[in-house]
Amino acid sequence: MSDESFEPTVIGFTCNWCSYRAADLAGTARVKYPPNIRLIRLMCSGRLDPTFVLKAFSSGADGVLITGCHPGECHYLEQNYKALRRFHLLRRTLQGLGLEPERVKLVWASAAEGVKLAHEIASFVEEIRALGPLHWGGNGSNQSSVISGQSTAHAFKEVPA
Amino acid sequence: MTQDNGNSQDVQERIGVYVCHCGTNIAGTVDVQQVAEWAATRLKRRGVVIGRDYKFMCSSLGQELIENDIKELGLTRVVVAACSPHLHEATFRNACQRAGLNPYLCELVSIREQVSWVHTDKVAATVKSQAVVSGGVERVLRHEPLEPLRVPIHPATLVVGGGIAGIQSALEIADAGYRVYLVEREPSIGGHMAQFDKTFPTLDCSACILTPRMVQAGAHPNITLLTYSEVEKVDGYVGNFVVTIRKKARKINEELCTGCGICQEKCPVKVIDDVYEAGLGYRKVVYTPFPQAVPKFPVMDVENCTYFKKGTCKACEKFCPTNAIDFNQQDEVFSVEVGNIVLATGYDLFDARRVTNYGYGRLPNVFTSLEFERLSNAAGPTNGSIVLRDGKTVPKAVGIIHCVGSRDRNFNNYCSTICCMQGLKFAHLVHERTGATVYNFYIDMRTAYKAYDEFYQRVLEEGTLFVRGKVAEVTDVPRIKDEEGHLIIQCEDTLAGKQRRIPVDMVILSIGLQPRADAKETAKKFGLSCSADGWFIEKHPKLDPVATMTEGVYIAGCAQGPKDIPSSVAQGAAAAARVLGKIQQREMALEPVRASINQDQCSGCRICNNLCPFNAILFHDDRMVSEINPALCQGCGTCVAACPAGAISGTAFSNEQIMAQIEGLMLLNVGEEITL
Amino acid sequence: MSAKPKFAMYWAASCGGCEIAVLNIHEKILDVDANFEVVFWPVAMDAKYKDVEQMEDKSILLTLFNGGIRNEENEYIAKLLREKSQILVAFGSCACEGCVPGLANLRDSRQIVQTAFNTVSTDNPKQVYPMTSYDVPEGEIHIPKIYPTLRTLDQVVDVDYYMPGCPPESHQIAAVIDLVIQVLQGKAQLPPKGSFIGVGNSTVCDECERRRNVKAIASFVRIQDRASELDPSLCLLEQGIPCNGPATRSGCRARCPSAGAQCIGCYGPAEGVTDYGARLMSAFASVIDSNSPEEIDRILDGLVDPAGQFYRFNLAGSLLRAGRSAWAKEKV
Repeated sequence: MSDESFEPTVIGFTCNWCSYRAADLAGTARVKYPPNIRLIRLMCSGRLDPTFVLKAFSSGADGVLITGCHPGECHYLEQNYKALRRFHLLRRTLQGLGLEPERVKLVWASAAEGVKLAHEIASFVEEIRALGPLHWGGNGSNQSSVISGQSTAHAFKEVPA
Repeated sequence: MTQDNGNSQDVQERIGVYVCHCGTNIAGTVDVQQVAEWAATRLKRRGVVIGRDYKFMCSSLGQELIENDIKELGLTRVVVAACSPHLHEATFRNACQRAGLNPYLCELVSIREQVSWVHTDKVAATVKSQAVVSGGVERVLRHEPLEPLRVPIHPATLVVGGGIAGIQSALEIADAGYRVYLVEREPSIGGHMAQFDKTFPTLDCSACILTPRMVQAGAHPNITLLTYSEVEKVDGYVGNFVVTIRKKARKINEELCTGCGICQEKCPVKVIDDVYEAGLGYRKVVYTPFPQAVPKFPVMDVENCTYFKKGTCKACEKFCPTNAIDFNQQDEVFSVEVGNIVLATGYDLFDARRVTNYGYGRLPNVFTSLEFERLSNAAGPTNGSIVLRDGKTVPKAVGIIHCVGSRDRNFNNYCSTICCMQGLKFAHLVHERTGATVYNFYIDMRTAYKAYDEFYQRVLEEGTLFVRGKVAEVTDVPRIKDEEGHLIIQCEDTLAGKQRRIPVDMVILSIGLQPRADAKETAKKFGLSCSADGWFIEKHPKLDPVATMTEGVYIAGCAQGPKDIPSSVAQGAAAAARVLGKIQQREMALEPVRASINQDQCSGCRICNNLCPFNAILFHDDRMVSEINPALCQGCGTCVAACPAGAISGTAFSNEQIMAQIEGLMLLNVGEEITL
Repeated sequence: MSAKPKFAMYWAASCGGCEIAVLNIHEKILDVDANFEVVFWPVAMDAKYKDVEQMEDKSILLTLFNGGIRNEENEYIAKLLREKSQILVAFGSCACEGCVPGLANLRDSRQIVQTAFNTVSTDNPKQVYPMTSYDVPEGEIHIPKIYPTLRTLDQVVDVDYYMPGCPPESHQIAAVIDLVIQVLQGKAQLPPKGSFIGVGNSTVCDECERRRNVKAIASFVRIQDRASELDPSLCLLEQGIPCNGPATRSGCRARCPSAGAQCIGCYGPAEGVTDYGARLMSAFASVIDSNSPEEIDRILDGLVDPAGQFYRFNLAGSLLRAGRSAWAKEKV
């Protein structure tokens, strides 16, 4: 795993009301962070389905950052606590699958915490870099789910593995 | 710019990708032309039929570009790569709508806030932009045309809290001609303002300016005043709330009572008034909290009433000229229908006993700010004489300590906003009425806003002494003879750079404001959220300060955070304006981000039943399935993520959309070489 | 006789329970015989692979394929039967989603061989291990090569229908056979390709008779540790028993919960679900009755083996398909 040129790819899930705005704020304030992260907006961290995290890994991501409002500040009252509970169970399950639970991280960031979010992204990218590439299943795009109608292989299926 | 002839696609949709330069904001870091061309060529099989870059996509010319393409190229989906959707999502959705495309078939992806402004490496930024665009393309493919949900708005409004913010709100709405139910927990409206003597910085008599407003609210034909009442339950949703209210038994028949006050006069039992008089004075068991109370009806304190304790007395009943005393009166519970709700539930005061080193509760001549308000009030227990706890000694030296419980990590981290001005007001009043030497102990002097700093200067000129530094301790243990018989304030004078011990006769603690003890409970009842400090959270701290995340519920006054009277009034009026705006619309469109349950797939396992803070999920016992009320659903998606059967789906953020976006974002990792 | 449509059944990486389940349809088996010509069914009759190889393409009407794809032989026969069959059914949990043999995907194949040939239960003093080819006086002999991971049938060949269950319930098998016969007689139509057959359209809770309330889980406990205290009529999950029923496709008539045991998920995910384990994980976690990280951890300690709990039957068919060590091996 001593890949000198390894650049991790991280998928980040953001809450529409806090961390997505924190990302906006980081932008407005021109706070720099590594380009290794790609963000997805959800309405709430409570929308975070563990399936998304597994999907990110199976699609080739090396780490997943989950972000939400601080405890007690959820715009939907307390849905971030549901994200917290799922996060705990997800990490345990990933460990059971032989995967470093540190590849998933939960960070609370309010709409005002652009600098904090940028800092968290930067340090998470470095943590993942230190863990090395995940290389999950070789070619993630080639996976077609066993479940009907949910085939995930489409245009990418011709991509050489 | 590359155009496709429409062949060799995996999908039926026709997608346009528009990459914004945003002047040099994006184009300075991202090769926007390359991103547009890449999308048009490499994502051709994913339905992209055109990729364009343009200087300012949000300009009217940029929007027309999209509109023309929709019409001429028959686009069925649009992806705009520009700034944050929080800025221009509506702009591009509207452009699509003008061209006849359902606005929800447009996806705005951020390559400014999330790429060009935060990254420096041009190659990496361009590659990331491609990934972000590809994520947007995959996501938009799964978008569905959506229609906003339209609901009617009931014209009546509920205002909770009869302090100055609530009164202002109620009057504004009632004056505009709409029904208001003003609910107040205490026997009278007026709130904290009714307890004050003077108001800073004008030194207006608080009662003189408040009472007319109270009377107006009490007599307004459009205001239904419900004092000594509390909201028990809130059902429904914006435009259509059903609010259950408990009107506590006053033991007074309001139809018969004339408010003559004879019962109060004749009642033989006096108890300490902990509420209105802050424990400094007494009230009767049958009482109105203060002379100007609105409504005029007294209320019976059942816990302390001799009749309720021993079965005899009934002095009030005997003397009541209109037979209005009703010992058998029970609480009334009823419901009202309203379209909007304003919460102006106010604040509690910080408990000064918690700062043990200031000695409140132990050292008799340490007063809280509220106690001082009552002392200095002409209608208060001392008729306005500023005297020590013994009720007669006039202090010769008074110390006013700022930031008690505020700006203190041990208690509340925030600034309570009003304490500096309050401290200055006290200094002025002490100086004016006693001629005593006054010390203000402050951390920073905060006198922002109109005419406030001028007041500070005036108090300085009056000779009040200011010591900058946090008070360490208030003690009655003297170290030298001069300190004997005094309270000694030990503090650091940071301007002089030394420790000081200042003997005084009276200490006034400028105690901070706190969220109501039951704020969390109230928040839950009305579907709001509280900040870590416990204040209700506004929808946007700058741009939407009186709205909340729950449509149709607004907040005003100190319930949202510490503020002074002018700001409370301004918020009360602002909330009223928002409510009136809603009423005038008659019906409103709700964002169609909603969850719904496929009734065939639902097994009635009831995992989701407890997850919705807005009570939008109903369980049908008869059919053993759960259902979501679309008008109550706020679209957070927690239930969608939790449903083990996959029976719950959510619009605009469906599993399919998110998973597709993940794949799109990871496209470049899989390998860029897509066969055409 | 030869005018009858041809039927085949095959047993790849699986336990054989599916075959028993077919026999368990009792006299219905006579209908199979009456309506089909059984051309290949190694467990029931003698047959040679070369006979199948010589059949014309698409000459078998219906093939029930049970078992996952664990080795070269499984894959070869899967592809062969695909070629020869008109309708290929992934029959049973192993073929559909890997089932218990798929749990071996948590380890790499070397570890699996080690476990099989050198544990306390195996008497192997000379440390003899199988080899894929070996020279004997009669020539070179082969045994099929084991693959790094077990794959589901549809990860190897195109599948027409899925029939989950470990094994599929006999009444469902009978119903499917009835359906196919009716189709043959022109009285019914086949469902769309890719459909799940012999199943319900909801989850096990839909068929479960137990009383249930709003969920709030304060502790998880293994059923053997609390069996005697359980309320026989109350939802097991509400009693802290990690019952997979809420996420598991219906069709079994909630057999396990009805018998007092928790559902372990053999019928796999409900329609449209991408990853069974993730759904269940999300559901369980969502109703944990605590907001404090420490308390959440304490409650989760009751779920002794989360990976096993959530992926017992469907690891090979899940998004990740395997534990990391198996993938790491495959990359080499």
